[in-house]
Amino acid sequence: MIRFDHVTVTYAEADEPTLRDVDLTVDEGELCLVIGPTGVGKSTLLGSINGLVPHFTGGRLAGRVTVDGRDTRTHPPRDLADVVGVVGQDPLAGFVTDTVEEELAYAMEQLALPPSTMRKRVEETLDLLGIADLRARSLRTLSGGQQQRVAIGSVLTTHPRVLVLDEPTSALDPTASEEVLAAVTRLVHDLGVTVVMAEHRLERAVQYADRVLYLSGDGRVVSGTPGEIMATSEIAPPVVHLGRIAGWDPIPLSVRDARRQAPELRDRLAGARRPTIEGASATNSTVALKARKVVVRYHDLVAVREVSLDLHHGEITALMGRNGSGKSSLMWALQGSGPRQGGTVQVDGIDPSEQKSAEARMLVGLVPQTPSDLLYLSTVDEELAEADREADATAGTGRALLDRIVPGIDGDHHPRDLSEGQRLGLVLAVQLVTSPPVILLDEPTRGLDYGAKARLASVLKELAVDGHTVVVSTHDVEFVAGLAHRVVVMAQGEVVADGTTADVVMTSPAFAPQVAKILAPAEWLTPAEVEQALRGAPA
Amino acid sequence: MTRPASRLPRPLHPGAWWLWALGMATAASRTTNPLVLGLIIAVVAYVVMARRSDAPWAGGFKAYVILGLVVIGIRVVFRMILDGQHGATILFTLPEIPLPEAARGISLGGPVSLEGILAAVYDGLRLATLLICVGAANVLADPKRLLKSMPAALHEISVAVVVALTVAPQLVASGQRIHRARKLRGETGKRFRLVRTVVIPVLTDALDRSLLLASAMDSRGYGRTAAVPRSTRTATGILVLGGLAGTCIGVYGLLDGTTPDAIGVPMLAAGMAMAWAGFVVGGRRIVRTRYRPDPWLGAEWLVALCGIAAAAVIIVGGDVAALNPSANALEWPQLPVPALVACAFGALPGILAPPVASTVAVPQNRPAPTPVGASR
Repeated sequence: MIRFDHVTVTYAEADEPTLRDVDLTVDEGELCLVIGPTGVGKSTLLGSINGLVPHFTGGRLAGRVTVDGRDTRTHPPRDLADVVGVVGQDPLAGFVTDTVEEELAYAMEQLALPPSTMRKRVEETLDLLGIADLRARSLRTLSGGQQQRVAIGSVLTTHPRVLVLDEPTSALDPTASEEVLAAVTRLVHDLGVTVVMAEHRLERAVQYADRVLYLSGDGRVVSGTPGEIMATSEIAPPVVHLGRIAGWDPIPLSVRDARRQAPELRDRLAGARRPTIEGASATNSTVALKARKVVVRYHDLVAVREVSLDLHHGEITALMGRNGSGKSSLMWALQGSGPRQGGTVQVDGIDPSEQKSAEARMLVGLVPQTPSDLLYLSTVDEELAEADREADATAGTGRALLDRIVPGIDGDHHPRDLSEGQRLGLVLAVQLVTSPPVILLDEPTRGLDYGAKARLASVLKELAVDGHTVVVSTHDVEFVAGLAHRVVVMAQGEVVADGTTADVVMTSPAFAPQVAKILAPAEWLTPAEVEQALRGAPA
Repeated sequence: MTRPASRLPRPLHPGAWWLWALGMATAASRTTNPLVLGLIIAVVAYVVMARRSDAPWAGGFKAYVILGLVVIGIRVVFRMILDGQHGATILFTLPEIPLPEAARGISLGGPVSLEGILAAVYDGLRLATLLICVGAANVLADPKRLLKSMPAALHEISVAVVVALTVAPQLVASGQRIHRARKLRGETGKRFRLVRTVVIPVLTDALDRSLLLASAMDSRGYGRTAAVPRSTRTATGILVLGGLAGTCIGVYGLLDGTTPDAIGVPMLAAGMAMAWAGFVVGGRRIVRTRYRPDPWLGAEWLVALCGIAAAAVIIVGGDVAALNPSANALEWPQLPVPALVACAFGALPGILAPPVASTVAVPQNRPAPTPVGASR
């Protein structure tokens, strides 16, 4: 179906090719997963399938890409629209019309399909993706999972043979991701659509894949079955890591596979105890931030409903809950810049919202959901110098922090050219220049690969050891399992669960990390814990 | 007796609402009589109330009324400051600012007369009525659906306009988001830095979005064209441009009562016919179909004709003196009969247009879906 014939892609002004001599075939009806760290060319690989690379992006493509027999050299993306459907990371950015129904029809209108066919296909697609009750809704009022399903539907109406998805779940909460992935697997199984999908969080996707394309970073692409690739790949979900630690063969790809091999491991671990995460525990430490009955409302919508929280020095708290449950509103209210209609917030007896913003950030630092909003200068060095000036810190403070968080960022780079993880590190450094006792991060794991997430976790742990209070809102249960002392779950603006990480995640299937699901009822959360216990325990 | 299908609740073709509203606006442009203008506003407001839907774009009528009031206010203030002394009944006197010799003929301040203010109010009211008529069309008909009903030759332009309309609210949203984020860095509030710290990120954000949108549109088949010979393209250009020029002259002739009659309706008709021919020829290049196009049925004809009739009655039957009462005479204006007839025509669509269909499909025994994620 898709054939890459010795393809090399080099962008203008790049010294090295992004893709080097890629030679592969994706057969009809396969679900093909593209994995690799950020910035290795996953999007380039996906873009070359429908000719966006190089027709739209520029650059030079040597070799030949054919899709369903059509050469992308002679067919620009618009002439491949009836064969390849492309869905991007941010569905909202790709919407052309206003309502669900019109969006589904848009591509068919461009292909000049007869009106009766269009009418029929729109109805079919609405049912196929379970969005029939949304047909007249405005696209902007939909939830993230609904938007992503509409985006998939809008390319399906042309009946493409190939569906290309570039990290379709990166912005979604676990439930919405499940919705989208379930829709995708259904397409593969029921309609025989060939799907090529890039995805960072392998724990969700790898068990569904027929083939994995692994981009290691040197421009080459390794193609193989999930089992082959997972046996050696550096990027792997926790279940695979656990399988390697336990020495299982074959390597399990799903919780179900692993659980069948797990009794032996549970016996070996019997009697061992979970190591604790560094930093102070809640019991013996003082309260850094005290919030009582915090209310945030936007007209009739109550985003945060009388939430009371005590955050302790040296404690890492994960704030979880579905999109729109009030996590961001609560963070902004705690920082003092966001609206707060009721209740009190005190940091060392001071209410940050009554301070000037320059003083408020001395008390509570916040890294917002789109960290790049805080950056506006043209180089990393200027940005850091400006941060030192703003905070009256000695020159070089920002740089020292950045080197601790992500070492080796060239000061002459434009912040926009940094990778997702580097940019987050830069913003975190900027916000830490004032050394606030409380630091809040709003969905920092969005778009980070495993390496970047691990680095972020170790930075946050160091901050906690230094006595900072850290709050992270995230959907990533695996990240939380390896990081947080405490988990607070919000729903409809209220706190519905608050306790130690093990207590909260073990009792809920939606929030349980893979290792917990495999080794339950024993309390283990991450492969690293298991590894440490096995090494410490007598063989 | 069975009801004809055209009476079932459905949205009316946006073109019909626009023709009706333009008819009302044309009628309003021919008069400064405050009674007639007030009646036109009342009629337009009645139709809007009777036939507007609960769609998001249908909520802005109040804003147009407020804009109209602002226009009247500005008009009066400028008249008082710049040119208030014409007229016998002096109400009060503003301090006068002497101007250099070069600006002779213009005075700032001085006495303010009742006649001057009245003339300003009449003039402002006319402008406000025009605005309200256009506003009514915007509220009654989804402007984007109107753009979609454009001839195929204008397809690319209409897509650009639709995208621009979508981008504007996004720009505002990202501006607010970035401004809010700026506080997190302890913004010192120096005004001149606003450009650098907010405008530049907003613009780069917008540029990123447009690139994403462009690539999404390209991959979904936007811009597929059929090959056409060069001569056809030239003919299209001449027809469209000539037609548009003719239409403009015709509209000017129609609205300005002092031009010869030959420039009005005949010029408008000829121009529109020429432009239409151009669109038909040009449309051959674009190969695309439309999903559920709005039909043009009897109700559309009725509504459009009501608007045209209202304008025609005022233009043909209106007495110029009664329609444009002198502000100098300081007497209560008369309400001419043709104006009453015109307004009656204008009000008819409130009954003739099919009722509005609810935009939210509510299945049996299930509550209407509530918007999710509105807090973000």
